[in-house]
Amino acid sequence: MCGNEALAEAAILAGCDAYFGYPITPQNEIPAYMSRRMPEEGRVFVQSESELAAINMVFGASATGKRAMTTSSSPGISLMQEGISYLAGAELPAVVVNVMRGGPGLGNIAPSQGDYFQATRGGGHGDYRTIVFGPSSVQELVDCMALAFDLADEYRMTVVVLADGILGQMMEPIVLEKKPRRELPPKDWALTGAKGREQNIVRSLWLPEGALEKHNYKLKAKYEQVQKNEVICEQYEVDDAEIIVVAYGVAARIVRGAVTRAREEGIKAGWIRPVTLWPFPTEQISKAADELRIFLVVEMSCGQMVEDVKLAIAGKAPVVFYGRPGGGVPTVDEILERIKQLTIPRNVKCKAKNAKPKLKI
Amino acid sequence: MKTVFMRTPTLKDCPTHYCPGCGHGIAHRLIAETIDELGIRGRTIGIAPVGCAVLAYNYLDIDMVEVAHGRPPAVATGMKRTNPDKIIFSYQGDGDLAAIGTAEIIHAAHRGEQITVIFINNAVFGMTGGQMAPTTLLEQVTATTPRGRQTTSEGYPLQVSELLALLPGAIYVERCSLHNPTHVRKAKKAIKHAFELQVSGAQGLSLVEVLSPCPVYWRMTPVKAMEWIEKEMTKVFPLGRLKG
Ligand SMILES: Cc1ncc(C[n+]2csc(CCOP(=O)(O)OP(=O)(O)O)c2C)c(N)n1
Ligand code: SF4
Ligand SMILES: [Mg+2]
Repeated sequence: MCGNEALAEAAILAGCDAYFGYPITPQNEIPAYMSRRMPEEGRVFVQSESELAAINMVFGASATGKRAMTTSSSPGISLMQEGISYLAGAELPAVVVNVMRGGPGLGNIAPSQGDYFQATRGGGHGDYRTIVFGPSSVQELVDCMALAFDLADEYRMTVVVLADGILGQMMEPIVLEKKPRRELPPKDWALTGAKGREQNIVRSLWLPEGALEKHNYKLKAKYEQVQKNEVICEQYEVDDAEIIVVAYGVAARIVRGAVTRAREEGIKAGWIRPVTLWPFPTEQISKAADELRIFLVVEMSCGQMVEDVKLAIAGKAPVVFYGRPGGGVPTVDEILERIKQLTIPRNVKCKAKNAKPKLKI
Repeated sequence: MKTVFMRTPTLKDCPTHYCPGCGHGIAHRLIAETIDELGIRGRTIGIAPVGCAVLAYNYLDIDMVEVAHGRPPAVATGMKRTNPDKIIFSYQGDGDLAAIGTAEIIHAAHRGEQITVIFINNAVFGMTGGQMAPTTLLEQVTATTPRGRQTTSEGYPLQVSELLALLPGAIYVERCSLHNPTHVRKAKKAIKHAFELQVSGAQGLSLVEVLSPCPVYWRMTPVKAMEWIEKEMTKVFPLGRLKG
């Protein structure tokens, strides 16, 4: 089972009632898998005519209180932005998986992390947020599916799972199990037919003066709750580190290898790995920057998450970026070399009293 | 005193935001009557379009959703597939259905979704200020065809219902009009039939196109607008059952 199929099965275990999607590489295993498994479970699978339609089918199913998801890759996710904005406005839960590929435009079908901005900054129009996961292993991808559906229902918002072509195609041993659901609020807003009650309306239009402003503040309060309660972040050997490498997703796996090698060579290196990209682990990174150390951000892009790291550090420490876009995957050696360039070699005596690390910013 | 005519319960008792002589209000009433007569209020979900009817839920006392411009048939698909026991209908203008949402309606029909579509053809984009719609007649002056619609630059009026009637997944397609009481009654019959088909579980999409006046952007009095439908619009959009 590859990552794509594993996440599909995890969605089924998480109680996904309906899947809607339009084929695009590198995530074609998902619709193929769902087309077989969803009917077996008596659930809904529809191959839509476009991603525009797919996200609106999700919108429809979700408005009736069902758990619905769609998956795609970068160009298709661009088409879904309209729908994601409407989902945000109407406060409907949805799960969207983006198995990222290289861009802009048709780009290529190689793995990439080029959609970080689109995912974390909203992508669609208006003042809204989506929860974004950046899993780095197939197991974590699988585990975050159940959480994604729960968070979507709890906060009535879209949860984006940001994977990439490597994760989607990768085969790893995993444990697939049904997770207990969080305690979730009843969906008394859902459209079920107004039998014996007043009508329910699901809408994103707020015309009267001040009505939208009020709605925006309501959304803001909700997003602040998410920021307060739902940050997930992993750290390794941060306490004594001279250099901290920040990375997410597949890039973080490679960073882990590089940091382990650096430690073996006596370099005090550590890493921080945001698992939720929004809410971003701003506090954790800011705290780590209270000590004087260097931050190296590694991404499979020209530099996107690095902006959030800089915002978190707010000038307290130097931040250096290393990335490879367009399907390029940084190697352990490349990252290790950057780490060495940025740290004072242990075996060389400092000549100057205030020798600073060699920085190439 | 005997009551011979009254507001049907599913139509709310409230002031309207539609312009005087607008057809949307009449169409709303026909839908409300149908829902009450079929006794399906408790299991009906309506989809409002982006257009003058965006606030349809202010008039129809049923569960309703308001969705992105042109996407109602996709939203309806998501609803009906996950709730086969519910009655799902979309209410769409000619900009919504025949311009920006062409792909969604064609594919919903093509898949034979068991939904009902009420398609309000008023030959303009009402909400945004009377611009040309795909259904605008030749020589018709609109905000974006100041010299009248020309085939050379704007093409011909789009007959979407005829197109949809070709698809096996569309089981019932009829074009009606609201220009006089006789035709309003015919439109009611067609709308009711379209809903009945869905209630009976018929396998496919039912659509009723309704020629509807927009006196404001046709630059006419309400009475003249009704006459224009009969004299001009029905020539391009002939009334009658196209399928089923
Ligand atoms: C994506 C998008 N593009 C454009 C608009 C602006 N817009 C709102 S309603 C409308 C056309 C409405 O015309 P129609 O569907 O015929 O409805 P009517 O008002 O005539 O009943 C347009 C272009 C929009 N809301 N969203
Ligand atoms: S602009 Fe036209 S369609 Fe819109 S409410 Fe007025 S008359 Fe009706
Ligand atoms: Mg119109």
